[in-house]
Amino acid sequence: MGYKSFDEINEKIKSGKAVVVTADEIVDIVEEKGIQKAAKEIDVVTTATFGPMCSSGMFINFGHSDPPIRMGKVWLNDVPAYAGIAAVDAYIGATELSEKRGMEYGGAHVIEDLISGKDIKLYAESYGTDCYPLKEITTYINKENINQAFMFNPRNAYQNYNAATNTSEKILYTYMGTLLPQMGNVTYSTAGQLSPLLNDPCYRTIGIGTRIFLGGAQGYVAWEGTQHNPGQSRGENGVPLASAGTLALIGDIKQMDKRFIRAAVYEKYGISMFVGIGIPIPVLDEEILKYTAIRDSEIFTNIYDYSVPKRSKPVIKRVSYAELRSGSVEINGKIIPTAPMSSLKKAREIAELLKQQIKTGEFLLTQPVSNIPGENRTCTLDIRGEVK
Amino acid sequence: MKKIKVSLIYPAGDVGKPITYHLVRDFNLVINILHADINLNKMGKLILDIEGEEEDIENGLKYVEEQGIKYKLFTKTIIWQEDDCIHCGACTAVCPSHALSMDKTDWSLTFDKEKCLVCELCVKSCPLNVMCVNIF
Repeated sequence: MGYKSFDEINEKIKSGKAVVVTADEIVDIVEEKGIQKAAKEIDVVTTATFGPMCSSGMFINFGHSDPPIRMGKVWLNDVPAYAGIAAVDAYIGATELSEKRGMEYGGAHVIEDLISGKDIKLYAESYGTDCYPLKEITTYINKENINQAFMFNPRNAYQNYNAATNTSEKILYTYMGTLLPQMGNVTYSTAGQLSPLLNDPCYRTIGIGTRIFLGGAQGYVAWEGTQHNPGQSRGENGVPLASAGTLALIGDIKQMDKRFIRAAVYEKYGISMFVGIGIPIPVLDEEILKYTAIRDSEIFTNIYDYSVPKRSKPVIKRVSYAELRSGSVEINGKIIPTAPMSSLKKAREIAELLKQQIKTGEFLLTQPVSNIPGENRTCTLDIRGEVK
Repeated sequence: MKKIKVSLIYPAGDVGKPITYHLVRDFNLVINILHADINLNKMGKLILDIEGEEEDIENGLKYVEEQGIKYKLFTKTIIWQEDDCIHCGACTAVCPSHALSMDKTDWSLTFDKEKCLVCELCVKSCPLNVMCVNIF
């Protein structure tokens, strides 16, 4: 074990000699050459995902006006932002809805528009203080005239996720898309064998401080993500059988590209944001490589019945991602069509782009400053008032 | 040559008539059945692409009407704004005719207009709003 270090791999990257492949390509390479040989030859495996991730948003600092204002309430293009921090700092969440346009425009659209270079209307109110006398401001901002705009996403890159179906008689509108009655379809949302945390299931190389591709910019893993649940049950190959680990990610909005950050509207559900993430995995030893070579047929998830609006939804069936990708699954003798919710085409584009960036020395790897937890428990929330 | 998309509504008990056969033989029309929901003694629906000379199509539809079958021309089409599409696949979950499907080699969305029933389910299910209705 352990025959390459981060430093050695980075030296190879700098001299343009690093061998980099995507997590799709590694599957065939390992099949042809075997783990041992492949682990020696390959330095980095790139992973990626491009899916809707609601737990995303942006911190922004507007700069000070004259006279100055201590912003108490902030709206960006009529979408409320959280301003309960310092005078001209705010955070806008991806799922926040416009107060004027409702579900057709929200926080994710503000972020996408800012990345695109568009002007955004800023309106803020304040109670006025001795040092910040201004009580109201209306102006326009864009990515050139603000101090900082960085994405901080509390929960991204879910390691595995539910598949969804609907056994009820009525159509359901969910964050897993439109679910047709009587199990008319099954939807799933993952990049499967290309997905970052499914390629490093025990968080050996992805940790706090890992440099990543985020929305077209170079970003970082900031922390474990919210609801990080490494204790999820796992298969013999170490891969979680349901949603498990998550990552909190950070990156500079000003360097991002609209091709990799897109606002999304789910009918009668609300707004989300497609986030393009690429994470390189250094092949430090054979075990790490073995994990990256796990394929869709060896990764499983549960199909849940989303017509039961409870915290624990009934499991209809356990299936592999190879089955889901085939276009249909069999449930109780019935063939049910399947459909993806996250874009594998775009995920592949990101994995390929990151591969090129590493090959050309534009992107260097970082060793985690600290690992993310490998064990914990997740809490639930008791209702102590009336259930409404 | 002209091409139209039309839905035929069969009243209950009228499914015995070989309408498509007559449209082909007597009116020289090229018929493509896109969707069929025909049941004995129940109301039925047939969605067809009809291709032929303008006059033949006109006469064919007149014949359909004479048989007591109502028809409705499709006056809308679905436009896919491909440049803005991220190929997530959400629309394929609801498309009843598989006009929208994923290409299993590169996982891009494909849209076969011929198969489209203009049910508009994709318009609402697209999270990026790239499917829209074109009225002509």
